[in-house]
Amino acid sequence: MEIIVCVKHVPETAEVELKIDKTGRDIEKSGLVFDINEWDDYAVEEAIRIKEKLGGNVTVITVGSEDADSTLRKCLAKGADKAIRITDKRINTSDPYIIAKILSKTIKEMPFDLILTGAQSSDDGYAFIGPALAELLDIPHVTLAKKIEFKDRSVIVNRELEGGLEEVVEVELPALITIQTGINEPRYVSIMGIRKAMKKEIKTVSIDDLGLSETEVGIEGSWIHVSEVYIPSIERRAEFIRGTPEEVASKIIEIIKSRGVI
Amino acid sequence: MELLVLVEHRRGEIREVTFEMLTKGREIAQKTNSRLNTIILGKNIRDKAEVLARYADRVLMIDDERFEFFNSDLYQQVLSNIIREVKPILTMIGHTSYGVDLAPSLAVSLNIPLITDCLDLDIQDGQLTAVRQMYGGKIYARLNVRKSESYIATIRQGVITASEGNLKGEIIELPPPDIVEPVKKKFIEYVLPKIGEVDITSADILVAIGRGIKDQANIPLAEELAKTLGGVLACSRPIVDKGWLPPDRQVGSSGKTVKPKLYLALGISGAFQHVIGMKNSQLIIAVNKDPNAPIFNVAHYGVVEDLFKIVPILTEKIKELKKKTS
Ligand SMILES: Cc1cc2nc3c(=O)[nH]c(=O)nc-3n(C[C@H](O)[C@H](O)[C@H](O)COP(=O)(O)OP(=O)(O)OC[C@H]3O[C@@H](n4cnc5c(N)ncnc54)[C@H](O)[C@@H]3O)c2cc1C
Repeated sequence: MEIIVCVKHVPETAEVELKIDKTGRDIEKSGLVFDINEWDDYAVEEAIRIKEKLGGNVTVITVGSEDADSTLRKCLAKGADKAIRITDKRINTSDPYIIAKILSKTIKEMPFDLILTGAQSSDDGYAFIGPALAELLDIPHVTLAKKIEFKDRSVIVNRELEGGLEEVVEVELPALITIQTGINEPRYVSIMGIRKAMKKEIKTVSIDDLGLSETEVGIEGSWIHVSEVYIPSIERRAEFIRGTPEEVASKIIEIIKSRGVI
Repeated sequence: MELLVLVEHRRGEIREVTFEMLTKGREIAQKTNSRLNTIILGKNIRDKAEVLARYADRVLMIDDERFEFFNSDLYQQVLSNIIREVKPILTMIGHTSYGVDLAPSLAVSLNIPLITDCLDLDIQDGQLTAVRQMYGGKIYARLNVRKSESYIATIRQGVITASEGNLKGEIIELPPPDIVEPVKKKFIEYVLPKIGEVDITSADILVAIGRGIKDQANIPLAEELAKTLGGVLACSRPIVDKGWLPPDRQVGSSGKTVKPKLYLALGISGAFQHVIGMKNSQLIIAVNKDPNAPIFNVAHYGVVEDLFKIVPILTEKIKELKKKTS
């Protein structure tokens, strides 16, 4: 089974105070810690498990600058066989449609049975790339997978619906499947493991190699364009309870008592 | 101009996001002097079309057993033809498990610009703009979509308040369509969630933990607090994904919707998919060390502090109180 996994190198933002950058169109990213997108981590794990069971190769691909190599190295250390990074300054302002196009041009030249992507990325959360890429490659797709099983030349996928409901669908290979969190337990890799993976080569590709012209990437080729980002004004802001942990606990008890909860 | 809303329905019910989109659609239709169309694909759906006629100027209906279950392959083929014929300036689809399976490939195949997961959108002089969230809801973005004769947008559920319909739309039944392309995907069955041992939807008090709990070994700390309060332990999705608590404890769009008397959120950031499941709780108190965590936008009371400093003391104090009163 030849498996391709598309991954993204994203900033971890859950616990940090975010600032808007000078352009006003994105957040200030310097100083943030980057890692593999959470959904992609599950996708890489799933790919490696399939390989371990059925044999074959796992290739990870990202579109990004040199910084993203640390994410690719992590995937290689986990057990991916090859890594490709498509890189070009002109890609910087591209929207997800362009990214999907770039990925499709790259993948078209490669052998594959299965493509996995995360269901979405934790930064801009478009949930677009996977199924768009499938359409560009003219293969079927299934999104939000929670379980994957193989049957001859097709795959049986449990996909997540709302409220804990799932549906089972069958799709012919080659296919693209987007992975939902919780499908497996991603393995941990040690720093040592990542160091070892330093020896594996990361192939870089530019948009010229792909035969894409400058007008096809960046703002010109994009469907959507961020005009402004902002920190939301709050309609209903919590009343903050301040003081020592001791005082805070007492106040919480006062509040819940006054509401008749206890 | 024409506007089009795709009806989402499952297991006999029209899903709420449909009415939310139709409400937004009506607002845009009035402003731009457009006609609001809605399309429903399904089997035995006449009664649904009649309900929908109160919400749209035209209900397009394809009643055909091939559409008994959602299948994005089939939907894409049919909708492509409808969009080519009706030529809507905007097609709205729910940003749901169905919508995310359908909209991107539909847009690519038609080469119509798509913008996903919109909280709000507007059309002015034929130009679509939208508001979205980024970074787990900490940042909002305003976006322009490349000028086009037609746009597609997926709309986040639970953001627009649906209003009652008072229109008398026309129902147009369309003939069963030809499916020309091979269908490579097939629906097999639904899998219902397992019935768990605890029902968090019926608890008066929920202590909910998120990724801020850091380690499975810390869960008893929160469990103890829940027990002391006479409540039940619930959680955000990552806790279930890691296998630390069973799926029936999960609150949110892919878990349960709860409305307890008290929802105490510990180390939960307040991502939209979580908030949609708990925002109607009577009293929400959130403990999070990040003052900008979106959870504080829905909480009534907030504590910016390390949960590990608060939880043990809170548990102790409640125990004391209970001793005194008993
Ligand atoms: C299709 C789909 C469906 C989904 N369904 C659901 C769903 O049903 N339910 C759900 O919850 N999510 C759901 N999600 C996931 C959701 O988008 C978020 O990823 C998730 O809710 C985040 O969980 P969290 O708040 O626990 O973690 P994080 O976002 O990582 O937040 C952790 C928080 O803990 C705080 N923290 C850390 N340490 C401490 C400490 N010591 N003391 C106090 N605070 C601390 C941090 O400041 C941070 O705010 C879904 C996502 C998708 C794409």
